[in-house]
Amino acid sequence: MSNTKYTYAVARIRALEVSLFSDAFISQLLACRSAQQVLQSVIEKGWGDISLGNDAEAVLKCEEEKAWNVIRDVAPDMSVFDVLAFPKLYHNLKAAVKEVYTGSRNPALYYDDCPVPGEEMRRIIENREFSRLPGNMARTAQEALDTLLHTGDGQLCDILVDRAALDAMEEAGQKSGEPVIEDYADTMVAIADIKIAVRCQKTGKSADFMRSAMAQCRSLNVDQLIRAALSGAEEIARYLEGTSYAGGAESLRESPSAFERWCDNRMIETLKSQKYETFSVGPLLAYLVARENEIKTVRIILTGKQNGFEDDVIRERIREMYV
Amino acid sequence: MSELGIVYALLGAAVAVFLSGTGSAIGVGIAGQAASGVVTEDPSKFAKVLIIQLLPGTQGLYGLLIGFITLSKIGVLGGGLADLSVQTGLLILAACMPIGVVGLLSAIAQGKTAAAAIGIVAKKPEQFGKAMLFPAMVETYAILALLISFLSVSGIQV
Repeated sequence: MSNTKYTYAVARIRALEVSLFSDAFISQLLACRSAQQVLQSVIEKGWGDISLGNDAEAVLKCEEEKAWNVIRDVAPDMSVFDVLAFPKLYHNLKAAVKEVYTGSRNPALYYDDCPVPGEEMRRIIENREFSRLPGNMARTAQEALDTLLHTGDGQLCDILVDRAALDAMEEAGQKSGEPVIEDYADTMVAIADIKIAVRCQKTGKSADFMRSAMAQCRSLNVDQLIRAALSGAEEIARYLEGTSYAGGAESLRESPSAFERWCDNRMIETLKSQKYETFSVGPLLAYLVARENEIKTVRIILTGKQNGFEDDVIRERIREMYV
Repeated sequence: MSELGIVYALLGAAVAVFLSGTGSAIGVGIAGQAASGVVTEDPSKFAKVLIIQLLPGTQGLYGLLIGFITLSKIGVLGGGLADLSVQTGLLILAACMPIGVVGLLSAIAQGKTAAAAIGIVAKKPEQFGKAMLFPAMVETYAILALLISFLSVSGIQV
């Protein structure tokens, strides 16, 4: 009966999915006249907490925590969600290494809803207790700190940590034994590689630089992507047309923000099939990604309204919803 | 030899009750997990999910019915144990097999379908009628097995 271990969790997620925002509600938010109205609308939908008042950032953070709390509550095995925790975990590592190097302190730089929260990460790096870090992170942390101390090159340190994060995601995906998690991790790594290729092409970076920054994945050939990046932006788009990321080629030609939106939409599109799964971890992953997507979209609308952007400019950045 | 006949016949009753009962327990358990998940978030759906959860429980009742008929036929209920030949005992055992085996497998399958149907109720409670139909379709095969076991046990001359 091992294939029924997610039955309770999936049913609970199904009941929660009814409160996810629809595309129609996002359009309503977009039609709001001010950021305050947007915030009020999401609060009326149950977002945030009574104690948070009208602090937009606190409301969004509270929702992120709520989403993770639900998953922690229902998931029989949290290790399969490592893939989603890695970006925050490695971000904390980067922030801690730089803080220790510069001797400054800024707790706002860290994420606390991940396996090693900010304060603890800083202590570990400061005291060089790398063995307390999970998986291969100890080696990465030591290497990143030594590199920064010896060279003072922040970009080199970032590349090292980001590459380790991508490798860890790909590995965690494969280790999870769940096809949906494996595909998700692989797509995340592939999209990160494409973004690296685009940025490196724009800044004229070398093949060696790209090779050190990009992680291997199943759905893309990194060497071909690097060759395309060296030949120009159009070549990257042309290379993507021959892969499963063909839709990204068009958005890449359009604008960087259109490409970012396409990346998120593709992930949601891939996960939409999980609405019909009953006995796998897929619906849990899909719910978590859908919540993050929803929070990101509300943040984009709030920021757009706060800065007085036109509705069309904000609409270009709006993500598709899961439900 | 006649003692072995009654043993086979009793084994038939046990198979009918044990296998279909086990299937129902597993099926109701699977559907119960899904029902608990929905009620945790939305207690107002309790009645609807409870009905769907109970659907895989019928196989256990069918097995019990065949078990009763068998016990009654061989005289275990009501006194006067029948003098059965080995051949008759084996015939009764064979007659009990359909509801035992089909009851076990169909109840598990129905439990899984019921769990999926509870997902429909969680998201679209107004579709409760349609959601009920999917696990109910599995019931057809348990009823067919019940029919064959019932006719077979009834038809055996003791």
